Amino acid sequence: MTVTSLGVQSGAARGRTARRSRLLREAGLAYLLLIPALAAFGAFTFYPFFRNFKLMLYETPPVPGLPAHYVGLHQIVPTLTSTQFTQSLLTTLVFVVLVVPLSLILGLVLAVGAHRKLKGIGVYRMIFSSTVVSSVAVASVVFGTLLNPVVGLLPWLGINPSPPALENSTWALPAVAVITIWQFLGLSFIIMSAGLQSVPDELLEAAQIDGAGAWTRFWRMTVPLLSPTIFFALVVSTIYAFQSFGAVDILIGYQNAANLHANVLIYEIVTTLQMENNPGAAAIMATVLFLITLGLTLLQMRFLERRVHYAN
Amino acid sequence: MPTDVSPSDVVPTDVSPSDVVPTGVVVPRHSRRLRRVGSYLALTIGAVVVLAPIYFTIVNSLLPPSELAHQPPPLFPTNPQWHDYSLAWTSGHLGRYMATSAIMTISIVVAQLVTSVFAAYAFAFLRFPFKRTLFLLCLATLMIPFEVTFITNLDTVSSLGWFNTYEGLAVPFMATGFGIFLLRQAFLQIPKDLQEAARLDGYGHWRFMLRVAVPLARPSLAALGVFSFLAAWNQYLWPLVATGGTSPLDTVQIGLKQLVGTSAQNIPIALAGAVIAFVPLVILLLIFQKQLVRSLTAGAVK
Repeated sequence: MTVTSLGVQSGAARGRTARRSRLLREAGLAYLLLIPALAAFGAFTFYPFFRNFKLMLYETPPVPGLPAHYVGLHQIVPTLTSTQFTQSLLTTLVFVVLVVPLSLILGLVLAVGAHRKLKGIGVYRMIFSSTVVSSVAVASVVFGTLLNPVVGLLPWLGINPSPPALENSTWALPAVAVITIWQFLGLSFIIMSAGLQSVPDELLEAAQIDGAGAWTRFWRMTVPLLSPTIFFALVVSTIYAFQSFGAVDILIGYQNAANLHANVLIYEIVTTLQMENNPGAAAIMATVLFLITLGLTLLQMRFLERRVHYAN
Repeated sequence: MPTDVSPSDVVPTDVSPSDVVPTGVVVPRHSRRLRRVGSYLALTIGAVVVLAPIYFTIVNSLLPPSELAHQPPPLFPTNPQWHDYSLAWTSGHLGRYMATSAIMTISIVVAQLVTSVFAAYAFAFLRFPFKRTLFLLCLATLMIPFEVTFITNLDTVSSLGWFNTYEGLAVPFMATGFGIFLLRQAFLQIPKDLQEAARLDGYGHWRFMLRVAVPLARPSLAALGVFSFLAAWNQYLWPLVATGGTSPLDTVQIGLKQLVGTSAQNIPIALAGAVIAFVPLVILLLIFQKQLVRSLTAGAVK
């Protein structure tokens, strides 16, 4: 279509400028709306994230008062290979292995149990979800008392390790794991229940009609159909488990954590920063935590992508 | 299809009759009732196990010190000592801790709702350069846990003079990538026709945001609000390091740590403190269970 008349052409030009100024105003408004969030992210997420890489290059001498000095990459290997760090990483891995599978299995069992039409099932669902709102401090106080050698349930049950569970190098970490499993149970239940709701009931009913027993149905139908949900719950709770810290801080404390093999990764980062005053080494450890989180998230994303692919 | 099927294939012998509900076959009434009783029994055992720690905490918080070490542990406080709660509130400073937690939590929730609505609106309704890049940047924040950034944030907060202040507790959490993602999804659900109609009625962007988009996204806003509240109230690492651990600005979580650290005689007080700190969240769960579930499973759906 050709425009011949001058008047129309200038009209179109006017329309273009009007459109451009509207777009400009729209972009201006967009940036205005984004400023608060982006400023917060810039100052408290991206800046500190990248500053970790700078901090790594500086070492603070163990003697108080001396300034940090540039050591380049020379601090990285010694920090990563120090017994303190390797032991902490091992502790954290053991902790993750203790916590994650059990909390997922228990959450799944409760979710399957509560996935039926019964009067009052809402109350049970509420109870099974309830531990999700418990903070690590509340859970620690609750279980700290239950594990207490004099007051708690343990002496009555005849379980009385000496030294007491939370001061015992064999039982300190498992005790903290039990607390964390209880705390994670609600989340695990909620995620598994949501997944179960998306499994068509007809499928399970059909299997039942075909004569599949409860056990077969669970392993051959529910678990495979739920695998994306289970995988999501696995990634989320593994990330959370790597970030655990509060229960060790409250129930075991700075003096004992390393001796009792309960110095989880975050605990090591905090003590390196605050007790040993070495932000450089703390930044190196924090970056290891970041890489673990990143790896787990990417794994989850690839899995989801593949699933979307299959679905198409 | 195999034609030579043995009878044992048709009727599996390892399945009890009550498990099979073939079409047209009536399951005896008593066996159905038996199964229902079994279900309730199993569910109740599960509920008792999950709730037992909390139950013993409540019972123990009401026991007089002399009964605390009693074997077997009392299942019911025959002589409830309510004064442990008032002691926890006053000399245990729970009142002050709760106030600090409330101020911090409400500031964070309000700030996150506002910044998320603004940013999500821009991403959902406006055209501007670098939109995709900036959105990916917001999502990228989800991959950087606070445990990775707190080292520098501590320096930043100190140099701003915010160490041990409400600003220091709340400002680092003013924005959330999760909230932006959640609300953008909700805004994108709003039909194009509605936007057109609002524009023809002379609605500018601000009016459309406040009068149409935000009210329509209420379920997602509620989900985000509940999630933010839970996360902020239960925070542990940041309130611990950003206040130095023993300060008038301790949150409830850090306050509980102080209570645990004191002598064995104070155990009922610490337990009362845990119950007090837990109550707001139980109320939250009772009122907003649906929204909480929504926000916690938001990442599970593609």
